[in-house]
Amino acid sequence: MHSFVYRLNGLLTFSVTILAIMCAITSLSDNLHTPSPSAEIQVMNINWFQKQPQGNDEVSLTMNISADLQTLFTWNTKQLFIFVAAEYETPKNSLNQVSLWDAIIPSKEHAKFWIHTSNKYRFVDQGNNLRGKEFNLTLHWHVMPKTGKMFADKIVLTGYSFPEEYR
Amino acid sequence: MGWIGDTVDSVKSIQLRQLLTQAVSLGMIVTSALIIWKGLMCITGSESPVVVVLSGSMEPGFKRGDILFLHMSKDPIRAGEIVVFNIDGREIPIVHRVIKVHERQDTGEVDVLTKGDNNYGDDRLLYAQGQLYLNRHHIMGRAVGFLPYVGWVTIIMTEKPIIKYILIGALGLLVITSKD
Repeated sequence: MHSFVYRLNGLLTFSVTILAIMCAITSLSDNLHTPSPSAEIQVMNINWFQKQPQGNDEVSLTMNISADLQTLFTWNTKQLFIFVAAEYETPKNSLNQVSLWDAIIPSKEHAKFWIHTSNKYRFVDQGNNLRGKEFNLTLHWHVMPKTGKMFADKIVLTGYSFPEEYR
Repeated sequence: MGWIGDTVDSVKSIQLRQLLTQAVSLGMIVTSALIIWKGLMCITGSESPVVVVLSGSMEPGFKRGDILFLHMSKDPIRAGEIVVFNIDGREIPIVHRVIKVHERQDTGEVDVLTKGDNNYGDDRLLYAQGQLYLNRHHIMGRAVGFLPYVGWVTIIMTEKPIIKYILIGALGLLVITSKD
């Protein structure tokens, strides 16, 4: 009962248990933190708006995205994954979400930013329903912790719409 | 004639009861591990409640060797969630983020497109021939939590199976030779 192997086994079990408990407590400490982020997105220009040969609408737009997400960072945050998605409804689909742009924010210093960009991913509808349609732009963020539970939230900005005709 | 008598004596001296007790306690350890695993499957509602990250396609968020805790609920699948899915014909599940969602009005069924954070393009190249979207039945769970580095044990044991055999051999030897 007191041989080297048994002592090693006991030591390893104990240290793994302690590490697991520490990770759990670290993750729980994230619940104590209430963030207050803010963001604003302006659609500067609809670059073009066409119907593809397969029949799906595609649009390219340029946006100004500015946000202050510094309050989302805690000591347990490894990085923040943010993305801007357009959400809209069509006759066939109750909800469509299309991710237009995303970024990884590795630290608190980078969390307050302003960027002027065109959509990183192609905005293609499932069908040709976009003419004159209203849509929301949402800024989502996913907090990826150093260890433990991941959580996500978003800000919804309304009031954007597509042009009535292709151009 | 002497050595036959010696052999018979040594066979009789193996205490049957002690051997059976050790076999039963080994069985108990194995079955309790199985109970914990199946219990986790029930609680999280997912076929594999814990997965190991095998590729670098979600870096720097998830590195190779991290483990992810999965949970599957009836909640609709939304953009930004990290999902684990199986492609027909491939056995290894893939952990990527949802970037496009099209949910039907009437049935609530959903078409989903995914992409790894560290990949340049979306996952259409990984899907089966002619498949443009994933559906709900492809998705095994959502990633809700993670632990870094712990999965290296599994990766080492899968890629160098000799280590698995050495470990099991050593444990078995330990069980058999223990005096109490």
